[in-house]
Amino acid sequence: MLNKLRPVWLVAGRELRDQVRDWRVLLPMMILTLLFPFLMNEFARETVDFLNQYNANLVLDRLVPISIMIIGFFPITVSLVVALESFVGEKERGTIEPLLTAPFDDWQLYFGKMLVGTVTPLTASYTSIGLYLWMIHRQGLVFPDGLVMLQLMLLTTAHAVLMVSAAIVISVQSTSVKAANLLASFIVIPVAILMQGEAVVLFWGNETILWLAIAGVVIMSLLLIRVGIAHFEREYLLGREIDTLNLRWFLGAFWRNFKGDAATLGEWYSLKVGDSLRRVLPALMVIVALAGVSAWLSYSWTMDNASETISRASEKDLAKIEESIGELPDLASMREHFSASFLFMNNTRSMVVIFLAGLTSFSVLGVMIYMLNIALIGGVYALLELLGIAPLPIFLAGILPHGVFELPALMLGSAVVLYIGAVLVTPQTGKSMGEVMVEMLADWAKIFAGLVVPLLAVAALIEAYVTPEILARVMGGL
Amino acid sequence: MIETKDLSKQFHDFMAVEGVDLSVQSGQILALLGQNGAGKTTTVRMLTALLQPTRGSARVAGFDVTKNGHDVRASVGVLTEHHGLYMRMTAVEYMDFFGQVYGLSPSGRKARLENLLEYFGLAEASKRRIGEYSKGMRQKLALARALMHDPGVLLLDEPTSAMDPESARLVRDEIARLKSARRTIMLCSHNLTEVELLADKIAIIYRGRILIQGSLEELKREVFGAPEYVAQFAREWNADGFELPGGMEMLEKTATSFKVRVEAPGVSNPLLMKKLAEESAPVLSFHEEARTLEQVYLKVMAAARGKDYAQ
Repeated sequence: MLNKLRPVWLVAGRELRDQVRDWRVLLPMMILTLLFPFLMNEFARETVDFLNQYNANLVLDRLVPISIMIIGFFPITVSLVVALESFVGEKERGTIEPLLTAPFDDWQLYFGKMLVGTVTPLTASYTSIGLYLWMIHRQGLVFPDGLVMLQLMLLTTAHAVLMVSAAIVISVQSTSVKAANLLASFIVIPVAILMQGEAVVLFWGNETILWLAIAGVVIMSLLLIRVGIAHFEREYLLGREIDTLNLRWFLGAFWRNFKGDAATLGEWYSLKVGDSLRRVLPALMVIVALAGVSAWLSYSWTMDNASETISRASEKDLAKIEESIGELPDLASMREHFSASFLFMNNTRSMVVIFLAGLTSFSVLGVMIYMLNIALIGGVYALLELLGIAPLPIFLAGILPHGVFELPALMLGSAVVLYIGAVLVTPQTGKSMGEVMVEMLADWAKIFAGLVVPLLAVAALIEAYVTPEILARVMGGL
Repeated sequence: MIETKDLSKQFHDFMAVEGVDLSVQSGQILALLGQNGAGKTTTVRMLTALLQPTRGSARVAGFDVTKNGHDVRASVGVLTEHHGLYMRMTAVEYMDFFGQVYGLSPSGRKARLENLLEYFGLAEASKRRIGEYSKGMRQKLALARALMHDPGVLLLDEPTSAMDPESARLVRDEIARLKSARRTIMLCSHNLTEVELLADKIAIIYRGRILIQGSLEELKREVFGAPEYVAQFAREWNADGFELPGGMEMLEKTATSFKVRVEAPGVSNPLLMKKLAEESAPVLSFHEEARTLEQVYLKVMAAARGKDYAQ
């Protein structure tokens, strides 16, 4: 195993030596690493002093964990240039070919570059944090407790790995350093947004959620590494493509994948939609299984926890719940509130959200939204049971009529998202990442336009005009 | 050795290399000639397992390029079109890095890099950053890198293009030495004089297809027909009644010379000499009409273009 890792150290060592000899990389990194902790400390103190003038009573200690997180983050953004130019930089300088003709395995090259890409920002980040901690010590401020400190260090490391993983993917797929640097904002902005959420969690002091955030970032990093290796093609690193937006190629490739040779709608369904459906079938089976799991988990969770929560609720809370229930439209007026077009648009929008969330997270967020939707059914079922109402007739009357169409639509839409995620992390020999993405988009569009939208339309009509009638009769009879 | 069968590479709708069949044995040098963009680099990249062939197969040093890419890369030394030198490294660091990449021991690396740098006249500059090197020095260093692990197969793209005549001679001598040391060498070059000096076999590639291949003699014969010889006389000599030996054809005749086409010079030329002596012909000289590789190349390319235009 060590022999297999030797080339990884070799690539990383050479690259690191190259970096420390380049003052253009070193200087900004050093300035930011050494100067930023002072600036942050000063800024935090001024802010607290200012706010305390107005009796905000903000304690500087409370800002320390967040400051540590921010201080750890900034050097990473600057050192990201190392990872961003790891492959595309060598390509541009013409040094990539001797490296690619050397007896390295793809993963050895990849991890070698990734190692140096991670070590550099982390060194800068840890140095910055260390400097800040020294300043805290000098000011006699309270250090965050050991667990929070561990979480902060893990979070900083996870951020670095996430950003570097994404930067290496960009570097492999880009055709120029300029393009890679421009694409860096697609890494920095989402991570900055993520950090805002983490900052809130830090203020809130919820350790469990912070652990979940760390786990989420680590999973995303692993997926990105997997994507990078899966789509690492020596051939494309040697390609002569230029950074020109080729809309004609994109549209042409999309249309070929979407319509193909189909001349009629029937042909399109049997040839193109059928093809996509066959590809998505394994993902669909997983999605169906996940539906069972989510419904069962939420049912049992509600059964275990809701009764206790209800019993602990004060009379005031219960009155509030009753008031809220009273505000709900009755079944007779449901049609006014939930028209077919409203239901259709709402469900279609949800499907698009699942797609977009999945697309930006290798299907993870998309599938989570899907599971949440299904979990609602299990939860409501359990609640009805707890309230002493027989849930089965209500479900048969209130969900089944339109659910027969809506649930398959939801499952199909989510299955394509899962399929896209799986394809992205699987090697696709002989295809560029762009080609893979266009094929995936076409697959989604075919299933969305050919199956999901028609199913949702039928479901919306039934939900608006048929379900309320059946439900009213069933509930009247209960 | 290098063996390719129907080797082809397509990029989207562009056929970069099509149906290339090559065979280079140990101790042989094959020169691949062609215009820029003819498919030489693509062929070399397929032979180094950098590009996957769209069709066909290739074996390099006994390994299949599609199945054993790692072994192929470990067995070949490549001088690429772009030399790919790390400008902030010194020559010693650079050579040592690649020595490690190819798994050489520390002592083996030291000895090998010192030998190579010495041979190519880079020993004095070995501690200087490569960025300070001249173009020729960089090319020599890139070639030294390709030889660092003493590979059995060498793929050299323009090995002397940026060099002064003295350095170019040094490199040619080294290539000749490697040939006699039974290395398999493939050379891509636009320097036809150099190819004439070094190559055992020559292949001309045009728009991804091999137009012609063989030894220089075979190429000349295929393009121009049998070799032509000119007999020059010291004074006027009437050759009207002179009967040529079998396998010879009279092409031109003047009062002081004649030109003949000879199917088998080894057989016919001694007979001709004998007959001329018997006739007391005042022979001043008898030599083969010069046909250079350049002539062969230009004629082949002109014919190929003509065919293209016709199509």
